[in-house]
Amino acid sequence: MQWEVVIGLETHAQLSTVSKIFSGSSTAFGAEPNTQAAAIDLALPGVLPVLNRKAVECAIRFGLAVGAEVSPRSVFARKNYFYPDLPKGYQISQFELPVVVGGNLVLQVGQGENAYEKTVRLTRAHLEEDAGKSLHEDFHGKTGIDLNRAGTPLLEIVSEPDMRSSAEAVAYAKTLHALVRWIGICDGNMQEGSFRCDANVSVRPKGQEAFGTRREIKNLNSFRFLQQAIDYEVRWQIETLEDGGKIEQATVLFDPDTGETRAMRSKEDAQDYRYFPDPDLLPLVISDAWKAEVKATMPELPGEKRARLEAEYGLSAYDAATLTASLEVADYFDAALAALGAAGKAQAKTVANWVMGELSARLNKDGREIGDSPVSAAQLAGLVARIGDNTISNAIAKKVFEALWNGDGQSADEVIDKQGLKQITDSGAIEKLVDEVLAANPGNVAEYKAGKEKAFNALVGQVMKAAKGKANPQQVNDLLKAKLAG
Amino acid sequence: MSLTLDQVARIAHLARIEVTPAESEAVRDKLNGILAMIDELQSVDTTNVAPMAHAQDLAQRLRDDAVTETDRRAAYQAVAPETEAGLYLVPKVIE
Repeated sequence: MQWEVVIGLETHAQLSTVSKIFSGSSTAFGAEPNTQAAAIDLALPGVLPVLNRKAVECAIRFGLAVGAEVSPRSVFARKNYFYPDLPKGYQISQFELPVVVGGNLVLQVGQGENAYEKTVRLTRAHLEEDAGKSLHEDFHGKTGIDLNRAGTPLLEIVSEPDMRSSAEAVAYAKTLHALVRWIGICDGNMQEGSFRCDANVSVRPKGQEAFGTRREIKNLNSFRFLQQAIDYEVRWQIETLEDGGKIEQATVLFDPDTGETRAMRSKEDAQDYRYFPDPDLLPLVISDAWKAEVKATMPELPGEKRARLEAEYGLSAYDAATLTASLEVADYFDAALAALGAAGKAQAKTVANWVMGELSARLNKDGREIGDSPVSAAQLAGLVARIGDNTISNAIAKKVFEALWNGDGQSADEVIDKQGLKQITDSGAIEKLVDEVLAANPGNVAEYKAGKEKAFNALVGQVMKAAKGKANPQQVNDLLKAKLAG
Repeated sequence: MSLTLDQVARIAHLARIEVTPAESEAVRDKLNGILAMIDELQSVDTTNVAPMAHAQDLAQRLRDDAVTETDRRAAYQAVAPETEAGLYLVPKVIE
């Protein structure tokens, strides 16, 4: 049977505030346990939550960025459950009236020729507080509780079940990750748990309208785990169904060591959160004026930038999408174009090729991010400028790039100068080399004249070798052709 | 609407309140009394009334994003039943 995979994602993005969502405690990561847990975070009697304006502003930014409705009035609700790292016995969240409703995220799935665009609908995004941390290492048979994280502001972003493969789910998570960093509402640090995903996964016979029963994979904090967990879960569900079994709705955990998902010990009351409006908090009102104020501070969004790169510089849709896949890459590209000044527009395609080609390949190979690239945007711009004015060929440019990468020079000009890489464009000098090569290779000349095209390439190679790669390839070609024809 | 004894037991469990079998009938009757009042409220036509989220018709006040709390862990932990290495200790919970 042909199966179709259905995936929806719930993502928790930790908002970039310095203080907690309902208290004035610091949210800085890595502090000594419980040194950033004040009376409100501990749920001591008599305390009241007061909402952090910046957390709301982050939610507005997100709503505007995904074309959603920012609710003029939203309501905080209590989600009731008992766990020691949740001192109040409830989490303050939003239920019936979330702060952000609807919206879309446009993804590029796959790479190169197989790449395609997909729009995933968003259901909602709501503000809530994080819980503390339970440490189950042995404290004489007890559990240790650190409440520094309790009350950290989160935006939970919920997608519609629009994804049909793990590749689409990963593309969604990556696009969302890039977006929240782009608009400055989340640092996106997945190791520290600032961005984590839950995946709702089900399968159904292809063509069937009704969804299958879903299982929710909790707390995936890397794109690789997200992919592995979904792939495993899908295989498991299909095998179970094909063996005549039934899928029970459940919450499962992914074990990175075994690559498997397994059901958490079922909490009989897991789904009974008994939400109700939190009487400690009044409805959150967001005026049009506030929305307009926030909108005025929004950066150019990835989608807008993509369209502009295509229109302004004639870049392909794929190039534009790749260059706007993260704020860092986009900033690097912008900085390189800015460094090229007036020549930037004409060189945009070349800069794009270098950023997506050589630079990206080297970064991948060394496991580095573009933010700490040894070759700065200004240095790359200097290199592209020298290709543009024919000082060096593409082949030599790769050598220069390598030198810059290894720190053998501050600029392309310095490397070219120091290593004598300047391209030979003096036609007299090239002609001399061509004559020498023709005289020394009568065999190739005869073959070429007999109609063997390959012999021509051999001759070009010889000239380039004699020129130590520095002769202008076009001039070599032209001169050789002219001489052989004559 | 009225509750069964099983439902009373379940509600008690969700609230982590111990209700003995001997008490459960009395608790059920009290809860049913509250539900009867709610039934009466349900009979009011609320077709054009927006649900109320709070008894006061006001908007939430907001505070600036600033750290105003200092570390008072020692004071808080002085009244905690058990602590170690800066952590509050609780009976073992494993999900």
